[in-house]
Amino acid sequence: MIERLFRGEKVELKPYYQKVKLVVDWQWMLVVGIVIGSLISALLSGDFHWQWVPSIWATAFGSDLLLRVIVALVGGVCIGFGARWAGGCTSGHGISGALQLAVSSWISAICFFIGGILTAHIIFKLIG
Amino acid sequence: MQTSKSMDNPKKDKSPLLWGLTFGIVFGFLLQKGGATKYDVIVGQLLLTDFTVVKIMLSAVLTGMFGIYAMKTLGWVELYPKSGSAGMNIIGGLIFGVGFAILGYCPGTLAGAIGNGYLDALVGGLAGILIGSGLFAALYPLLNRGILKKGDFGDLTLPRLFKVNDWVVVIPVAVLIFLLLYWLERAGL
Repeated sequence: MIERLFRGEKVELKPYYQKVKLVVDWQWMLVVGIVIGSLISALLSGDFHWQWVPSIWATAFGSDLLLRVIVALVGGVCIGFGARWAGGCTSGHGISGALQLAVSSWISAICFFIGGILTAHIIFKLIG
Repeated sequence: MQTSKSMDNPKKDKSPLLWGLTFGIVFGFLLQKGGATKYDVIVGQLLLTDFTVVKIMLSAVLTGMFGIYAMKTLGWVELYPKSGSAGMNIIGGLIFGVGFAILGYCPGTLAGAIGNGYLDALVGGLAGILIGSGLFAALYPLLNRGILKKGDFGDLTLPRLFKVNDWVVVIPVAVLIFLLLYWLERAGL
């Protein structure tokens, strides 16, 4: 979802550039909306809190702030790179695409989970 | 889903922005309510101990699929399935999956996590996604000459793949998703 925002900058996508550039605007607003909607829900249910290190991570690797941020950064690079490569993310392929029964989306969504499940087990069962 | 449909046919200049914001707020609200803005929930899904994420996705696909194919049958909407290829979706999907587990948020839930106050999402995750997207943009001309074109199948959908009426796929997929959801609930996952 977020990664699509930046496709507008990708001049290489010539035929789509005009169209995609137009779309950037509402998608920016969609992302802003997600932040606001989540904030409202968290505040209403008393669940809002500032947090650097999630608890599953802290249990396995300790509460070092810098380590968690660096790992999140590395994960972010993979997810941004992979989402652009696959042409969508867990929402774009996993929900919108899958419900239209797109072949590309079903293959992508299955691969998201294969890659994710294997990596999570390596991180928390082998390393952590 | 419906959001992307109405967005692709903007009637007025400003309305797509408002619709985007509105759908974003609703989506963010529901993601937070469902628990999908939390690292622990997403990693719990990938460790197969907490099936919240799969339940949210499957119920969204189940209802959305019925809605969109009903509207398609009635001639109200056209579908916009994403084009793809084996090189794009398998390799890109696996790279995404690795990042999914390392980051513990996906792009949409990252925005929700930021709204929830999670600073690893804001400082680490968001910066990483920007770098990753930029990296891909830089490598795109090279990748597009080879790997992204491998096994191209265009904007194929399952009904067209099997050359059957839409509902011949929609109904069995719906039944399977329903049974899977029912089983997950029964198993207490």
